Amino acid sequence: MNEQPKYTDFHPRWFRRRMSTYWWLKRWSYVMFILRELSSVFIAWSIVFLLLLTRAVSQGQEGYEQFLAWSKNPVVVGLNVISLLFVGFHAVTWFNLAPKAMVVRLRGRRVPALWIAGSNYAAWALVSALVAWLILGG
Amino acid sequence: MADRIILQVTRYRPEDEAQPTFREYEVPCPKEWVVLDGLNYVKDHLDGTLSHRWSCRMGICGSCGMTVNGEPKLTCATFLSDYAPGPVRVEPLANFPIIRDLVVEIGDFMQKLAHVKPWIIRQEEKPLSEGEYQQTPEELDAYKQYSMCINCMLCYAACPVYGLDPKFLGPAAIALAQRYNLDSRDQGEKERMELLSQHEGIWGCTFVGDCTKACPKNVDPAGAIQRYKLKAALAWLKDIFVPRGAK
Ligand code: SF4
Ligand code: FES
Repeated sequence: MNEQPKYTDFHPRWFRRRMSTYWWLKRWSYVMFILRELSSVFIAWSIVFLLLLTRAVSQGQEGYEQFLAWSKNPVVVGLNVISLLFVGFHAVTWFNLAPKAMVVRLRGRRVPALWIAGSNYAAWALVSALVAWLILGG
Repeated sequence: MADRIILQVTRYRPEDEAQPTFREYEVPCPKEWVVLDGLNYVKDHLDGTLSHRWSCRMGICGSCGMTVNGEPKLTCATFLSDYAPGPVRVEPLANFPIIRDLVVEIGDFMQKLAHVKPWIIRQEEKPLSEGEYQQTPEELDAYKQYSMCINCMLCYAACPVYGLDPKFLGPAAIALAQRYNLDSRDQGEKERMELLSQHEGIWGCTFVGDCTKACPKNVDPAGAIQRYKLKAALAWLKDIFVPRGAK
C-alpha cells in the first residue's frame, strides 16, 4: 500500500507503542529474521570475492597466484567462512520455504511437505557432489 | 491447583494518563475458565471501568485477541489454568495503537482487507438463467483453508515486519487475496496481483513464520505469502522470456 496508513492522523490520544531497540532479541524467530537481513552483506561479499577471482584468473598465472596468496590472509579466510555459514543458512531457509511455496497435488492429494523439502535437499546434495567431483576429481 | 489466579491487566485511560499502566486483579480459576472469563469477572465484579472486546466466546468472531504472557492469543480459547499458579499478564494486541485498556485501533487492518478486493471478480457475469457457478469438492479444497480466517489479527501482532513498517499489507490480507485467487469462480487474480506484487505487498515478508504459529484457525498465512511470491516471480520471468505474441 502506498498511502500512509490513515489511522495515524488526528488521534493524539491513541497510544502508539514503540518497538524497543532490542525487540529482535525477544524471540528466536526474530533473531533469525535479523540474521537473515544481516546476511545480505556477506552474500554481497561472496559475489565480490567471486568477481575478484574471475579478474585474477583473466590476468594470467601471476595475477592468480597473487590472488591465492591474498586469500590465505586470515581475515579473508575468516570472512569467507562466515559467508559460507550465512549462505548455508540461506539455503536451509529456502528449502524449508519450498514446500510452502509449492503446492503440488498428486491424485487429488497434497504432496507432503517433507517430500518436497527432501527432494530439494537431495538435488542440492547431488549438485554439490557433482561440482566437488568436477573440481577435485575431474 | 490454586483456585485463584492474579491477572496483570493493561489499563490505559487517555483522559487521565499519558501511558498505559498495569493493574492486578485476583480472579477465580476453575479449570474450565479461559482468560476472557477472568476479564469478564473483573468487569462484572471488581472494576466496571475495564474495557475489552469480545463477542462469541467460541473462537469465531475474532474480536477477543490480546497478548497473554507475551503471546498473541484468542482470550476465549486460552485457559487460565494453563498459566497456574500465575500471574497472567494480559495486554492489548501488539503492533496496533491502543484506544483504551485492552482495546486497539483496527481501522488500518480493515482498510487493508478491503484493499485486496476480497470478493469474486468476474470478467463477465453469466446470465441468471444459466444457474449458479458450481464447484467440485476439490475446487473447494483449493481455497478452503484460507477461507477459515476470522480476522482476529493475531498474525499482525506476531509479525515484526508489520510492527516495523505499518504499510506492510500483512498476513491475513494476503491470505484473503489468495482465498479468492484460488477460487475456481474468480477471475480477478491479475487485478490483485498488481496490488500485491508491490514492495509493501508480498515482498515485505521475509518469512519469519510467526503469523502461521499464532493463527488459531490454521490458515497458514506465511504459506499463502510464499505461494504468492513464487507465482509473482514466475509471472515476472514469463514477462521477460516469453515473446509478447506467444502469450
Ligand atoms: S490469518 Fe489466522 S491469525 Fe490472521 S487474522 Fe486470520 S485467523 Fe487470525
Ligand atoms: S470472543 Fe469471539 S473469538 Fe474470542
